[in-house]
Amino acid sequence: MQRDLVRQFFYDMLLARLFEQAAAEQYVQGNIAGFLHLYPGEEAVAVGTLRAADPGDYVVSTYREHVHALVRGVSADAVMAELFGRVGGCSRGYGGSMHLFDVQRRFLGGYAIVGETLPIAIGVGYRLAMNGARDAVLCYFGDGAVNQGTFHESLNMAALWKLPVLFICENNHYQIGTEIHRHSAMAEIYRRACAYGMAAKRVDGMDVLAVYGAARAALEHVREGLGPYLLECETYRYRGHSMADSGAYRSALEVAELQARDPLLTLRARAVEEGWIAAAEIEALEEKAQQAVESAVRFAAQSPPPDDMYHGVYAQPVDLYRGQP
Amino acid sequence: MAVMMYWEAIRRAQDEELARDPMVIVMGEDVGVAGGTYKATKGLYEKYGAERVIDTPISENGFTGLGIGASFIGVRPIIEIMSVNFAWLAMDQIFNSAAKVRYMSGGQLEAPVVIRSPGGTAHQLGAQHSARMEKVFMGVAGLRVVTPSNPRQAYGLVKSAVRCNDPVFINEHELMYNMKGEVPDEEYFHPLEGSEVARQGRDVTLFGYNISVHWCLEAAEFLASHHGIDCEVVDLYSLSPLDRAGIKASVSKTHRAIIAEEAEAPVGVGSEVMAIINEECFFELDAAPVRVSARNVPIPYNHRLEKAAIPGAKDVVHAVLKMFGKQ
Repeated sequence: MQRDLVRQFFYDMLLARLFEQAAAEQYVQGNIAGFLHLYPGEEAVAVGTLRAADPGDYVVSTYREHVHALVRGVSADAVMAELFGRVGGCSRGYGGSMHLFDVQRRFLGGYAIVGETLPIAIGVGYRLAMNGARDAVLCYFGDGAVNQGTFHESLNMAALWKLPVLFICENNHYQIGTEIHRHSAMAEIYRRACAYGMAAKRVDGMDVLAVYGAARAALEHVREGLGPYLLECETYRYRGHSMADSGAYRSALEVAELQARDPLLTLRARAVEEGWIAAAEIEALEEKAQQAVESAVRFAAQSPPPDDMYHGVYAQPVDLYRGQP
Repeated sequence: MAVMMYWEAIRRAQDEELARDPMVIVMGEDVGVAGGTYKATKGLYEKYGAERVIDTPISENGFTGLGIGASFIGVRPIIEIMSVNFAWLAMDQIFNSAAKVRYMSGGQLEAPVVIRSPGGTAHQLGAQHSARMEKVFMGVAGLRVVTPSNPRQAYGLVKSAVRCNDPVFINEHELMYNMKGEVPDEEYFHPLEGSEVARQGRDVTLFGYNISVHWCLEAAEFLASHHGIDCEVVDLYSLSPLDRAGIKASVSKTHRAIIAEEAEAPVGVGSEVMAIINEECFFELDAAPVRVSARNVPIPYNHRLEKAAIPGAKDVVHAVLKMFGKQ
């Protein structure tokens, strides 16, 4: 394993963890409103898959997408300012926590309707296929989305037309408060791909190195024109579904078991043991991530709110009076 | 000017746009090999191929979303949904993605898609194939809704919709595809906003759109020849945005208004036009505005009941006569 890559994974996951902790604090303080869906526990999925992608690839994500945006290269400042609803945000304050966009980085958004990312992603894939490009689309969704019609509709069309889409299921085993065996007749999600003759794999989503390896192979398959791929990453969220959810439907034992497999701590221990990162370097990275997050909060707090109510509703402003007073 | 049928006008517009821009695609159920349920895509598959004239699975939300996603990065899809009754299945993608993406992305993305779909009561198609839903679409910010009443508008509205960077829903009517009318020989772009005065008049304004424009025109002829009432007919081809200025101008002239719509009255085009009249020219009215609309029922299958459920020219005539105290 390349040392630089491991260092990158570690920093990404560290920044993700600290960023989300800061977001929770800012939510409690009243600086962030609405729903806020945090990612701690799932970091290995976003980091492992997005670090396997190329800059030319497109990303379509869900409402739990702060970390996807960060790993894709959107600055912590721009993500935090969006959570604050300020013009410095990556969606200029019009999107909020669930609607982060950065077209320059081909980050085509966070979508807040469960299962909505799949048709969007195959549409982007259709455009890429028209071009014959080697670019791919990374499409994220949770285990809750696989029982939406759009999951099946999109897998069918993607396989039918051999679209370059990597479907990434972030299986955290809960659709809000309902455990997967209570919402899915087939809880091994990757097996659903066989209904569409699609390649698929299940990977330990708590292990960033495993996710990265699986995502690299899957993207290669997609780029080779062999059709779409479904990668199921088994993971866990340590917090509730959103800040409004305590997660009380899960046993303390279950949470403790999964915390023992914390993807960030696991990587840190292994990296030190293998000699990939020196202990002193870890401290420096922690300091750097902490400063980035603190700076993001300061940036967000100072960024002004957007003031144009009607910006972007239509391409051209609608004049209902057609120039008449 | 050539005389052509409504479906031919739509087909011509799509053909021209496909020929002009390789990023224009047409997609929907049976639009390709089969040539389209109402022939609006006839011959396009042979001309432009399977990649640009796409026969989709029966997955309305999925393929509408595919078109919307493709439009985010440069494709200009014309999506045909075989019936508006099936468009309900695609509402998540139309409302939540297409209509909102520019706004919620802070102006970074837009969804220049055209969604064409016929609605309305035809010949005993039953409750699940006879509904209209323009009233639902027109209430959503970010979406444009137009509805052609003749082949010229059908041609020009499709042309303009393809060039527009907003998502545009084009509401057609199953009974109108074989309607004939003149269409300019040269390229023609019908405005996506505004309204047209289809008949000048002094005494009362009859507002119609799509098929009900024809009821209004028929009623106006009858009322002029039999009762000496001079009706103005305003064609509201744009339902979103509604032409506030045009509605105001006509009612300020005639001081009376009747709105004819094939849909049931609640939360409809009629209620919206009446609200605009209230807001813009209430004190210029000589009579309370009236709606002519369908009965508030699912459209019945039985022929007699079906006919009784939806209005027509006669109902417009009755409403006018009642307004003038002649009945």
